[in-house]
Amino acid sequence: MTERAVQLEIPAGAEFVALARLVVSAMAAGETQLSDDRVDDLKIAVSEACTNAIEAHDALDTEERVLVECWADESHLEVRIEDRGSGFDVSDLPEHPPVTDPERLKFERGLGIPLIRALVDEVEFSSSDDGTAVRLVMHHDDELDGED
Amino acid sequence: MDLGLDVSERDGYTVLAVRGEVDVYTAPRFRERLIELVSEGKHRIIVDLEGVDFLDSTGLGVLVGGLKRLRSHDGDLLLVCTQSRILKVFEITGLTKVFSIYESVDDAVAA
Repeated sequence: MTERAVQLEIPAGAEFVALARLVVSAMAAGETQLSDDRVDDLKIAVSEACTNAIEAHDALDTEERVLVECWADESHLEVRIEDRGSGFDVSDLPEHPPVTDPERLKFERGLGIPLIRALVDEVEFSSSDDGTAVRLVMHHDDELDGED
Repeated sequence: MDLGLDVSERDGYTVLAVRGEVDVYTAPRFRERLIELVSEGKHRIIVDLEGVDFLDSTGLGVLVGGLKRLRSHDGDLLLVCTQSRILKVFEITGLTKVFSIYESVDDAVAA
């Protein structure tokens, strides 16, 4: 299989996150050997990253689009979500109380990045004042089998 | 994107059956419906997630907010979910320790 790529620019509107999920899952189903469960995991990670990107644009009230790139080769599927928001320090995210603490219920947000980290094989955040890029990688299932 | 929110009554509980995809676009409608129910005095709510195809952290946030709101009224919010792909997000985030999750509305009502 040669490398195949898809590029998608979406307006920074909440209604377009589903489109990003759809494109990435179609790519994953057509170009990789990822199991359905792992495609579902990737869809959640893409949704979280796109939601953060759209909210970053919303905070700046910018008309710029969010870039979603997806490509696959023999070993892996990679998705890159890039925004033009004001960036954030991924190492300095607020810590929430443990889930068993009643105070935890005061926090309705902040679960997206932990979900991304748990669901994909590799994740990389590159953030500056000019925006944030999130790189998500899923290795093909047979590649993972070979690592045992 | 369609989000179904069907309300019914069952043995003293209000059942909110959610259908479709819950994300940043649809979550506000879900949140609004939960708030409406609480303001109508429905303080024992079962959210049935069996018809949900997709749920991300935005949907989790709605449920956490709903639980907080109901507990402030001495009420409770129970969940019905058997789908592994949906349960997985509760497990990863530790929210299985926060919510009571049942396999059916019957089980939730009987609890």
